[in-house]
Amino acid sequence: MALNIIRKLMLSSFLCFTAAAASAETFVFTAIPDEDETKLVERFRGVADYLSEQLDVDVRYIPVKSYAAAVSAFRNNQVQLAWFGGLSGVQARRLVPGSEAIAQGVEDEAFETYFIANSNTGIAPADELSDLKDELQGKTFTFGSKGSTSGRLMPEFYVRDTFGSKPEDFFSRVGFSGNHTRTLRLVEAGTYEVGALNFQVWEKELSDGNIDTDAVQVIWKTPAYPDYQWTIRGDVNDRFGEGFKQRVTEALLNLDNPELLESFPRSGFIPASNDDYEPIRKTAEEIGILD
Amino acid sequence: MFASPTVRISFIFLAIALVGLLFADIAITASNPWRDLGNFFLGIVTPNFFSSEGLLTALLRTVAFAFVGVALGSFFGFLLALVYQSLPVRIFCAFIRAIHELFWALIFLQFFGFHPLTGVLAIAIPYAGIFAKVYSEILEEADPEPGRALPPGTGNIVAFLYTRIPDCWVKMRTYTAYRLECGLRSSAILGFVGLPTLGFYLEASFSQGLYSDAGAMLILFYVLIATMPLWVRPKLLPIYLLGAPFFLGEGLPIVWGNVLRFFTEDIVPAPLRNGEGLAGLTPWLNDLMINEAMPGIWNTVVLTQIALVATGILSLLAFPLISNHFGGPMRRSAGHVALVIVRSTPEYILAYILLQLWGPSMLPAVVALALHNGGIIGHLIGRQTNSLKLRPDAPTGFNRYTWELVPRVYRSFLAFLFYRWEIIMRETAILGILGIYTLGFYVDSAIQNIRFDRAMVLILVTALLNIGVDALGRYIRRKLALQTLPNC
Repeated sequence: MALNIIRKLMLSSFLCFTAAAASAETFVFTAIPDEDETKLVERFRGVADYLSEQLDVDVRYIPVKSYAAAVSAFRNNQVQLAWFGGLSGVQARRLVPGSEAIAQGVEDEAFETYFIANSNTGIAPADELSDLKDELQGKTFTFGSKGSTSGRLMPEFYVRDTFGSKPEDFFSRVGFSGNHTRTLRLVEAGTYEVGALNFQVWEKELSDGNIDTDAVQVIWKTPAYPDYQWTIRGDVNDRFGEGFKQRVTEALLNLDNPELLESFPRSGFIPASNDDYEPIRKTAEEIGILD
Repeated sequence: MFASPTVRISFIFLAIALVGLLFADIAITASNPWRDLGNFFLGIVTPNFFSSEGLLTALLRTVAFAFVGVALGSFFGFLLALVYQSLPVRIFCAFIRAIHELFWALIFLQFFGFHPLTGVLAIAIPYAGIFAKVYSEILEEADPEPGRALPPGTGNIVAFLYTRIPDCWVKMRTYTAYRLECGLRSSAILGFVGLPTLGFYLEASFSQGLYSDAGAMLILFYVLIATMPLWVRPKLLPIYLLGAPFFLGEGLPIVWGNVLRFFTEDIVPAPLRNGEGLAGLTPWLNDLMINEAMPGIWNTVVLTQIALVATGILSLLAFPLISNHFGGPMRRSAGHVALVIVRSTPEYILAYILLQLWGPSMLPAVVALALHNGGIIGHLIGRQTNSLKLRPDAPTGFNRYTWELVPRVYRSFLAFLFYRWEIIMRETAILGILGIYTLGFYVDSAIQNIRFDRAMVLILVTALLNIGVDALGRYIRRKLALQTLPNC
């Protein structure tokens, strides 16, 4: 009896898996989970509907829980397109030969990281990070995700470059909040005294009135660097037909739905290339998160 | 007093934990932890059951993954139990159960991706290792007498089915049912790494401070576990088992080339992959050991020892809650509810909640581990005191606790505690994913940097550490001649 049940169970699970595998000619994309999930799901469902309309294929967005999961899904060809950060894009394109950065936000050409501090620390904004050495030393500090460009790579680079020591040696406690919204909330609440986040997230939350400016303020802005981009796999034409990559690129560049753009928030998308992200690759190698 | 080995060993472990406290990072870093805790409880009492359209589906998937994972685990565990005398099989089982479900999930995610198989195997593999061990222990204890009554020439298989199995059936059934409950917890936390179970939504709600949504999910989960005796019925099991595979969700199709790539490229140490040969391997391994493995091991051990002693203290404080030697039926019912809640909440979720509220340090982890494990052991020894008959003129109140009950249950208390030592360490390692600097932190960092070679070495280190603690725990239990039931 028990054996019988198990046999049936295994057979049915096998059938179930093959059935799932057969029903897949959907164009699937993902995005790094850099902000609150509700916002991401809303935003990228909008993008999925838009792309599906433009490309005339089923388009599906899948949410993931980490930057690495986004990169792995792209590498494993479970998604064919992704909205990556600078670093995750570099990682993904190294792992998938033939993949290309096809579009970036207008703002991504010159992206910035903001260092923010809880007001109780009394740290005043400065033009140079080096001016803040005494104030910052020994404070608690949070990055965003471990794989984030604006929330980890760039701030870590500037901390090492300016203060000549690893963040964990310079600050008394270093954490990884997980995403930019959470970095903002944690510093606002005082759980960490200082943090670093994506400037677009700060500006959007500020204009939406979601920041208690008495509790937290920007203390330093990094120089500009290239960040987010849409990256597509090299083999999509084989799977979805000749010229598919070109059509996806055009659809993204032509995206002009103000509500959708506002949700990123970007004023529009412009062409991008793999070479645009060389500075990111070099920085990542320098601080040792890329071999 | 120190002549007693059980007292001596207790004080040795207490001393180790106190020394550990000197080195441990214990702090509340949130500026307003009590307000956040208040908001959280407010969320629990004002649950919002309609937050997410996906909530019911997630609950269904949680159950489905648990059923399929535990069924496969118990099936293969049973087969392994039959050949458990063989040393390689023992080592193999010890190894697969030393790696936590979440680590297995993180490994399978790299090549199966978001396919149901990832979640199913993440539960089935470590559970098979645990089932193999416990089933073999149960089979070993079977009464040999009925076998001797069989006529000569009876086949081995027939003898096994008609003499050993009937004797062990009840114990095996009880244990399997208990593991199903564990399977529900494991299944729920798999959502934290992206599988479509309850943890997926719980993490999303919590990280956004939507406590009413999170509260609703926790309540649903408690109800699911508390009502298990009602809906897990022997007659309904075949229906559940046949149906469960259809409720795992579609996920995304597997690309088999990825599996090959993972084993032949990704996990090959970088120096070998880049053709530097063995000469390059030594500095690579040194760097990994000194900068990641050693600090990870140190923090894991320190946290485990503190959590173990905290668990012990909490269990001893908690068991009177449900013991019928104290208080009236009202208070005992309340005690039961409290203990059910703390032991039904996976440590991972408790630690996650407390980390959100108190900020990062080892403290949330210690409290989470102590609450969950203390709840389990407190429940077990509390139940044990209920079978004790005291003299009518036995002392009451505090004296009854210290002079009558604690001495009587102390040995089995220690047995349970040492049994859970390895389980606590497995969890401690995994809590690193949440940002405490234990081994899991370094494993997660390696995975986030897409360095699976480093991640695999660190997972291997974690597994060896667990096997070591498991062996030490067994050694101490044998030395002190402590007996435990397998259902702990």
